[in-house]
Amino acid sequence: MVRITTVVPVTVIATESLSKRFPRVTALDRLSVDIGPGVTGLVGANGAGKSTLIKILLGLSPATEGRAEVLGLDVATKGAAIRERVGYMPEHDCLPPDVSATEFVVHMARMSGLPPAAARERTADTLRHVGLYEERYRPIGGYSTGMKQRVKLAQALVHDPKLVFLDEPTNGLDPVGRDEMLGLIRRVHTDFGISVLVTSHLLGELERTCDHVVVVDGGKLLRSSSTTDFTQNTTTLAIEVTDSDTHPDGTRAVREALRARGLDTHAEAGGLPGAGHILLLTATGDETYDLVRDVVADLGLGLVRMEQRRHHISEVFTSSDEQRKEAVGHGG
Amino acid sequence: MAAEQPTPVMAGADQSRIHDIGYRGYDGPRLGRAYARRSLYSQSLRGSYGLGRSAKSKVLPMLLFAVMCVPAAIMVAVAVATKAHELPVHYTRYAIIMQAVISLFLASQAPQSVSRDLRFKTVPLYFSRPIETADYARAKFAALASALFLLTGVPLLVLYVGALLAKMGFAHQTKEFAQGLVSVALLSLLFAGLGLVIAAVTPRRGFGIAAVIAVMTISYGAVSTLQAIADTQGSSGAVPWIGLFSPVTLIDGVQSAFLGGSSAFPGGVGPSTGEGVVYAVVVLGLIAACYGLLVRRYRKVGL
Repeated sequence: MVRITTVVPVTVIATESLSKRFPRVTALDRLSVDIGPGVTGLVGANGAGKSTLIKILLGLSPATEGRAEVLGLDVATKGAAIRERVGYMPEHDCLPPDVSATEFVVHMARMSGLPPAAARERTADTLRHVGLYEERYRPIGGYSTGMKQRVKLAQALVHDPKLVFLDEPTNGLDPVGRDEMLGLIRRVHTDFGISVLVTSHLLGELERTCDHVVVVDGGKLLRSSSTTDFTQNTTTLAIEVTDSDTHPDGTRAVREALRARGLDTHAEAGGLPGAGHILLLTATGDETYDLVRDVVADLGLGLVRMEQRRHHISEVFTSSDEQRKEAVGHGG
Repeated sequence: MAAEQPTPVMAGADQSRIHDIGYRGYDGPRLGRAYARRSLYSQSLRGSYGLGRSAKSKVLPMLLFAVMCVPAAIMVAVAVATKAHELPVHYTRYAIIMQAVISLFLASQAPQSVSRDLRFKTVPLYFSRPIETADYARAKFAALASALFLLTGVPLLVLYVGALLAKMGFAHQTKEFAQGLVSVALLSLLFAGLGLVIAAVTPRRGFGIAAVIAVMTISYGAVSTLQAIADTQGSSGAVPWIGLFSPVTLIDGVQSAFLGGSSAFPGGVGPSTGEGVVYAVVVLGLIAACYGLLVRRYRKVGL
């Protein structure tokens, strides 16, 4: 259920040639970007300036030059007002082990200005929404990493902010925990109506979660576009099939069958293990998956794997244009 | 705005489905900085006595509180029984006699108050909210000073009530009680400031405890030894100046100069009024400096 807000701001975050220089490094270099409502991924390698940007946006660190607005409030002068309307989930551990999640989140809600009764009510609600039940009365010290991440998320959401900054929320989680956290982040926007700025150094996981991805490197804006741009141009499927008696070279058979159905595979799967047996092709939507499934089934072969190739951030850094050309050239 | 609308839970669906219940926003009041500061103050003050924390963490502060009060109660009982006309101990002297207990309380609770937030990196969560670094420092300072004031003030109250029950002179007792309160208020501020500054340097609680105890007891031991030596060497003029170098003797000096207290200095002679002014200036200066250092410390911690 999407919360109905009467005023929908066009931009949630706006920066204008925002720079932050430290004596020895430039953390942000004339960054200009507009971010709208929804889930936005902020991608960059470690040290790309993501955390610095969040600090500036929270009004905790003055920019060297340029300006920034969060929810229409200037970060330089309205820091306190911004922090009242914004939630923040740090990257590192930030939970005292000797108190329960409930006590801790209630305290944090009060620090955000919620009256005692409202703080308790919102805490119960929020912990339930992030998926913590009976264990919320136990000391945090005994929680798993996934549960701790949920408590961290809950304290960022407890005061019902308009926007949350999530700094590397999937750090340290196993694949299942990662997917759960990403699903939860998606719901923060779709169900709670809260805009999200989530950082990661993995582009792949943000593609699936975010409406919009901003890529920064060395403090500079590398790219800012909606994820549909990203995925439609660059989602690559890796396929591996078995061989059979009728088709001793299953890979080749599938390639030819796919070509006959109008789907070209990429020239070679360079770099991947077992490259010769892996077909790469560009997925344009669900129908591509269906087509592959049907083709493989028709040939009577076994589908060993069909996975989205995780884009590493470096691909965007090195050759985002090249890649797009390649994708267009091969994927049609 | 949106009412809760539970979506049907599929039977046998895995646990993660259950929390799929409608989200409710919050349209109520947001009470802002001053309220957050007050909340932090009361949470920290309660925490100093282990309230709102585990049963284990209540033991030490409560025990020390009892240790502070019991001698006062005994004195009162004796005074009432013997129909004495004067309490066996001046209000201003009580805290000086019990200084070891106060130092222990400080050593255990100052790190509890600030080192935990540093160690578990909870500090950024505070500063990503409306409160500022100065609010945090002020709330913590005020909370620990209040906790110490309770620790040192309640026994005085016991003495005062006892004195009145024993029908000692009301005006005289009230005046001395008030002087005693001023004295322990200064002591609380000074001790809280020193304890927090020491504890806020290190995220390690054990280290903080040791450092606070060391500063309190070593400085007092060194100062009183030097004072005794100076006294027997016949240079009693140096005695008051040496007293400037430990928190306990500082408070002792201020109260014997201005608050009618009797000094614990060798020979029982406290600083003269002129020297007392120096004492008062040093005490107030130290309190201000501690606050300043604390604010500075947290400005650096940031996110």
